[in-house]
Amino acid sequence: MARVVVDVMLKSEILDPQGEAVLGALPRLGVTDVNSVRIGKRVEIEFDDSVTNAEEQSQIIADQLLANPVIENFTVSVPDGNAA
Amino acid sequence: MSARIGIVTFPGSLDDRDAARAVRLGGAEPVPLWHDDAVLRSVDAVFLPGGFSYGDALRCGAIARFSEVMGLVRDAAGRGMPVLGVCNGFQVLCESHLLPGALVRNAHLRYRNRPARLRVESADTAWTSAYAPGAEVVFPAKHGEGRYVADEAVLDRLEANGQVVFRYLDNPNGAMRDIAGIANEAGNVVGLMPHPEHAVEALTGPSTDGLGVVASVLAAVHANRTYDEPHQTEGAAR
Amino acid sequence: MNAQLNVVVDTVGVADATPDEKQPYAELGLAEDEYARIREILGRRPTQSELAMYSIMWSEHCSYKSSKVHLRQFGQKNPKTPRLLAGIGENAGVVAIDDHLAVTFKVESHNHPSFVEPKQGAATGVGGIIRDIIAMGARPVAVMDSLRFGELDHPDTGRVLPGVVEGVGHYGNCVGLPNIGGETFFDPCYQGNPLVNALSVGVLPRERLQSMQASGVGNVVILLGAKTGRDGIGGVSVLASATFSEDDDSDSRPSVQVGDPFTEKLLIESCLELFDAGLVVGIQDLGGAGLTCALSETAAAGDGGMHVDLELVPLRAHGMEPHDILASESQERMLAIVAPANVEQVLARARRWGLLATAIGEVTDSGRLVVDYHGQTVVDVPPASLADEGPVYHRPIAEPNDLGLIAVDRAETLPRPAADEEIRQTVLDMAASPNLCDKGWITEQYDSSVFGNTVLGAPHDAGVVRLDERTGVGIALALDGNGRYARLDPYTGAQLALAEAYRNVAVTGATPIAVSDCLNFGSPEDPHVMWQFERAVTGIADACQKLGIPVTGGNVSFYNQTGREAIHPTPVIGVLGVIDDVARRIPLGLGRTGDTIALIGTTGEELSGSEWAWAMHRHLGGVPPKVDLDHEMKLAELFARLASTEQLAAAHDLSEGGLAQALVEAICHSGMGANILLPEGADPFTYLFSESTGRVLVVIPRGQELAVRSACEQRGLPITPLGVVDANTDGLHLRDHFDIGRAELEAAWKGRIGAALGE
Repeated sequence: MARVVVDVMLKSEILDPQGEAVLGALPRLGVTDVNSVRIGKRVEIEFDDSVTNAEEQSQIIADQLLANPVIENFTVSVPDGNAA
Repeated sequence: MSARIGIVTFPGSLDDRDAARAVRLGGAEPVPLWHDDAVLRSVDAVFLPGGFSYGDALRCGAIARFSEVMGLVRDAAGRGMPVLGVCNGFQVLCESHLLPGALVRNAHLRYRNRPARLRVESADTAWTSAYAPGAEVVFPAKHGEGRYVADEAVLDRLEANGQVVFRYLDNPNGAMRDIAGIANEAGNVVGLMPHPEHAVEALTGPSTDGLGVVASVLAAVHANRTYDEPHQTEGAAR
Repeated sequence: MNAQLNVVVDTVGVADATPDEKQPYAELGLAEDEYARIREILGRRPTQSELAMYSIMWSEHCSYKSSKVHLRQFGQKNPKTPRLLAGIGENAGVVAIDDHLAVTFKVESHNHPSFVEPKQGAATGVGGIIRDIIAMGARPVAVMDSLRFGELDHPDTGRVLPGVVEGVGHYGNCVGLPNIGGETFFDPCYQGNPLVNALSVGVLPRERLQSMQASGVGNVVILLGAKTGRDGIGGVSVLASATFSEDDDSDSRPSVQVGDPFTEKLLIESCLELFDAGLVVGIQDLGGAGLTCALSETAAAGDGGMHVDLELVPLRAHGMEPHDILASESQERMLAIVAPANVEQVLARARRWGLLATAIGEVTDSGRLVVDYHGQTVVDVPPASLADEGPVYHRPIAEPNDLGLIAVDRAETLPRPAADEEIRQTVLDMAASPNLCDKGWITEQYDSSVFGNTVLGAPHDAGVVRLDERTGVGIALALDGNGRYARLDPYTGAQLALAEAYRNVAVTGATPIAVSDCLNFGSPEDPHVMWQFERAVTGIADACQKLGIPVTGGNVSFYNQTGREAIHPTPVIGVLGVIDDVARRIPLGLGRTGDTIALIGTTGEELSGSEWAWAMHRHLGGVPPKVDLDHEMKLAELFARLASTEQLAAAHDLSEGGLAQALVEAICHSGMGANILLPEGADPFTYLFSESTGRVLVVIPRGQELAVRSACEQRGLPITPLGVVDANTDGLHLRDHFDIGRAELEAAWKGRIGAALGE
């Protein structure tokens, strides 16, 4: 089974209200030395064994569906020990 | 003396004014509580209203759990004080582990606002004793993350103990076993997704069925005030 | 953050020393003569920051340079009313409701951003209009949305519509404002230019009215709310300093702003606390033009001088240059002017809500807006030259050549259904058409009941909100437009939109008192578009004068076009009404069994521009229905009377789709049946589908028939009995013609939008 991981993050210049709210809450836990929190999405895709271009296809999936190129960046990676 | 019902305002609470109106129309005295103040102001019961506390960042209700006031609410609930969580308040109660299970994204993935027909499954709680068991009520349901989930063992236990308090007649969100609201084992802590505080006036709501929730807690408060907390202790807790 | 210090900043000193440096004014959208005028005002070349500020403030969006000469008509023709406490030129118009309460409302567009990024574009549109309401000292109490998309079945509509609806819903729901109605239309002309117009309304005690004046020398300028990031500074990216290297995202200057309704909610609560405590001298929201606009407008409106230390502005992004900070469109920010003695209190109150508040400058008597950056002066301008003295254009105007041809291509000549079975099918087909079908898929995504004061929401003709629980006083609001009518005749089309919104408010029993308009048009550089604009504005101004209700504000959105193809001219009109006791409002529905169904108004053969012509024939031609403003005023007076005497069980305005559609909606909404007999001699097709205006379907409780009839006759309003309400009738029974069961009606009317979007 070929597994590919796509991480989708808001572009660094785009406001992340979720991250800001979490950052604002950290002092409640006694953590005060954090500069920034940003929250993204991790998407795990499992291809059929027969697929040979899983990474390439994942690029297409990520570009056209998983990420919104207007506000988000993505990275495609193949976890270790995985013959993608 | 009328019962004092504390209504917590977190940053991002939205239905706190509505909760106060419902409490008032139901014949009790609404008492505002602030998330960041470790005081319960001698209230007899606590109402956690709907909204998007702390922007509902991360998970709904996840950050509210760490607020000053929730520490006191948790202790008071342990002593038997009636606590009601509606919508975001229900999510806060689950995140705070005062109620089992969790509320996740609606099965259809959208926020949906519809009047919900519910059956009162248990009249043995501090917040539902004024209803006839099996009564049908209509409260507005309006949420994007209201699908109740828990593992099978927990669900079985809730059913067996009579802790399922409200059940949807037309499940709007894919909640397991059509669960709209539940109670803790003692029956003093109740959470539900639909909004009884929006069903208190014929002019603005789909029914006036929500007044029963206030009537119930008034009865519970009058029957038993032993969980009252001395004022000094509150001060000391700051 | 020391990176900034390494950047060579273009200061006033540098500008003085390098008068001949080439500046990218054209890339910033400034014309050559505009640039020359800036040099003349300053007596030198502008610094980069100044150039950025002029390019923003003198843009069409901020300066209204093409529309100003026409919009003056509103001021000239507006009827005088003691209700008007603040009008055009303020953030939003304010009208008195009674001796204690006032209401402020405004409709604004966020069209282009909603096409680029539908969810965030629509969300920030809602956020922006809410801040306009806060800036007047009001608590926002409701929102409405007027949406226009391309064809429902077009693939891109499947991208834009769900995103826009999610954005409107997400922002309104999270900030805690009920959405009390609006409209959704589909037409191919909006395919590349969806229209997202949002309205917000707020209520204030009259004495809490705020101004945008930065007055009182020595008073402190405080920035409230979110940190400033690179949101929406794409426009000034040509000014990026060559010495600054980017190591960030490839696209680090995004044109998209992301909204954070949570911060907006904190802004609302904080600002209201500050107003109530009397801690604020002046307040202004940061809208599309960010700090540039807020600083120059408050300074120009006040004592005329202001000094700002720009490095004090809290930043979200690294490496922002002064012009970036000044141009940023980061959302959820407000600017407050505060007396020095109150600064600590203001900061403390903001902190309590978890809101950032920072003193960034002070009011001066220099007559100049001076902005320093780490001690170096980057801006030194007369603020009025930015805020009030922008260019004014008299654009060429030309009547479109095709107007005569369109006028004779009348829909009244189209083939019509004649047999009962064909008419029956037409009722169903029309009910299922995108523009007439049930919009529940959209409105269910909006919170309509938060605050517990929503008395009527969608799908009623107007939203009705209670303002005071003790007295029952409330307001009604409707938002309407019809681009097809305006395409056929912009003057009449604009008046038709106004008349419909006016009537929608009136049929709830409220008395219309004020207007806000959102004027969506193509490019002002096209003389044909400019002609449409001039006609529409004149139509609105004339009608408001006649109806005796002032235009209190609004917004113009130009450049809604793809290539040379402009959208239909689409004036969207919001009308505000007041009702003494919301318990007496007249709802949509059918009342009880035995109640009489009647039609007030006259049905002519008016099919041009109608929904029938479009939905069944894809036809748009002829002249739109006639407007009779005297008649509308009589109707409004009649309904206010019948509401106060509680002599109507229900009422429903007839608009797109005519009588047939009004019956379908009343039946589906109420669950009752309607037993209808058309008047003798009436042609069933015309009677059911004509869009003659000034008509209202009413339901009269038993025993009130004579009283209602005589109330109509006294006012010279024709009323025609049509039938009776009957719970035992299944759906629509049109005697001598056909029956349509409720299940069949609902099957046609509901579910169309969800089905088109694959749900």
